Amino acid sequence: MEVKINNIRKEFDRFAALNDVSLNIASGELIALLGPSGSGKTTLLRLIAGLDFPTAGQIFFGEEDASRHSVQERNVGFVFQHYALFRHMTVAQNIGFGLKVRPSASRPPKSEIKKRVSDLLDMVQLSGLENRYPNQLSGGQRQRVALARAMAIEPRILLLDEPFGALDAKVRKELRRWLREFHDRTGHTTVFVTHDQEEALELADRVVVMSQGKIEQVGSADDVYDRPQSPFVFSFIGESSHLPVEVKNGTVLFQGEPIGISEKTDAAGDLFFRPEDVVLTDEKDALFGKVTACRRLAGTRIAEIDIANNGHDPFHVEVEVPLHAPVELGSEARFRPTRWKIFNK
Amino acid sequence: MSDNRRISFRNPADESFSTKLILVALTLVFLAFFLFLPLVSVFYEAFREGWVTYEEALLEPDAWAAIRLTLIVAAIAVPLNLVFGLAASWAIAKFEFKGKAFLITLIDLPFSISPVISGLVYVLLFGSGSLLGPWLKSYGIEILFAVPGIVLATVFVTFPFVARELIPLMQDQGTGDEEAALSLGASGWQTFWYVTLPNIKWGLLYGVLLCNARAMGEFGAVSVVSGRIRGLTNTMPLHVEILYNEYNMVAAFAVASLLALLALVTLALKTFLELRFGAGAAGGRH
Repeated sequence: MEVKINNIRKEFDRFAALNDVSLNIASGELIALLGPSGSGKTTLLRLIAGLDFPTAGQIFFGEEDASRHSVQERNVGFVFQHYALFRHMTVAQNIGFGLKVRPSASRPPKSEIKKRVSDLLDMVQLSGLENRYPNQLSGGQRQRVALARAMAIEPRILLLDEPFGALDAKVRKELRRWLREFHDRTGHTTVFVTHDQEEALELADRVVVMSQGKIEQVGSADDVYDRPQSPFVFSFIGESSHLPVEVKNGTVLFQGEPIGISEKTDAAGDLFFRPEDVVLTDEKDALFGKVTACRRLAGTRIAEIDIANNGHDPFHVEVEVPLHAPVELGSEARFRPTRWKIFNK
Repeated sequence: MSDNRRISFRNPADESFSTKLILVALTLVFLAFFLFLPLVSVFYEAFREGWVTYEEALLEPDAWAAIRLTLIVAAIAVPLNLVFGLAASWAIAKFEFKGKAFLITLIDLPFSISPVISGLVYVLLFGSGSLLGPWLKSYGIEILFAVPGIVLATVFVTFPFVARELIPLMQDQGTGDEEAALSLGASGWQTFWYVTLPNIKWGLLYGVLLCNARAMGEFGAVSVVSGRIRGLTNTMPLHVEILYNEYNMVAAFAVASLLALLALVTLALKTFLELRFGAGAAGGRH
């Protein structure tokens, strides 16, 4: 099912949690809504589900205007952050709930429900646990019961709110891979919310980076990491440093001095670069500063460098340096970004 | 060198044996004096002249009428407050709206004002000097000094019990389960019936129990609105007082023993519920 989100605005007590958000989700796509807390990602997910209603704007499921429909009518599978399993029902009753509450005309007979439940348990690899209660299950098992319960109603789209948030690191990684396989097998259009960029980049076909109620960028993992379109995306995804620069006659100037890199168009703004996109140099035209800390990171080292700022607080940047480079605590390091982006002020 | 002394480590929050002994003894003496002794004396006085006298005191028409009236009042007031308490706590715990804090304060009102005042309010509302009283009377409806007045006063005095028990419980449970049920296609009623109600059933039962105990035992508010017509508008607590004032000790204590028995049954059920339901039942205690 294709999902179209058109100019959605959502206010809570006049505070805009979402501001003019538009997004097209292709059928069968696995989409991650990524952002810090308060960015509006969960609000957007709840709006798609129909658990909240937008202040303005529309949501289409295919050709149908879903924003006119209640959550029951939308037929979406929603997996809640803390699963929200019904604690007084067994695993089988939980999964069968969505079928049991159907109006009698469309409700399958008991035997059919039982069969469907057992098929779903197979699918989430929990066969044999049908008579357990939620509090007798591990976190990962609960998560899969919640998924099976959402799938039981044959949803048009699958929505997951922080699906791995409440799990420990190891289970989280296993389930992440498992969910990707599950998605590829069932082919449901799936949207999940996460604040964990590693999770979003690894799992999703496309990542929607959100901040302060707006979509900052939509793209593949490569897009958002290698071609960030805004200062927010550049600093939120991965590590980065930034410095105020000017571009005059194609030369990039920091504190009025050339630093050995050039740009096509003249501008004044912030120069962003990643720690790994830096090269040490002896040349005069370069950035330089005092090394204030050095830490080992797997096969390389990360040096923290303070660049003097005319008596103000120094600029703090991080660069990756080779293991045996002559960069030590207290020494002066000269370097130059090899890949960068300047965002105009 | 070896040290054969047994080293015992005391839990930092623990107390020495003598301190424990003194505290426990103090508590037991206090409980014996203020709870156990009065309870025993109620039953002792009631049975002082034997089972036959006891039975006669209870089967005497006025006593029997008081028992019946008390049961009727509780049978009306408790279900009303069950529905009201459920509706109020549902609204307060699951929805955000303006004036919520005010509503919670209102629900607590009967706890904070004297029951006598609660009774007087109804006298002022429905008495002969009021606007409503004579008007209703012209249609043949008696509120004051009749069963409706007693029911009204009892409903007022007991209405916080169910709501107070459920609000913290439902707030704690949040709206996640309900949203899950709705997203799975359940209607509002189905959600309430299959998800909300089972989640709160023990707390609800506990609230109803407390509400019932209070409805049967209420004295102050009921005594103001009842008029104490023997055999007609006397509830059990009122009847006990009348008998007592007439120096009819055996009969007074016989009726009182029934109320005491009710208290004991309530306590037993409450303990059972707490065992069954764990700490959750105690969550809404005030």
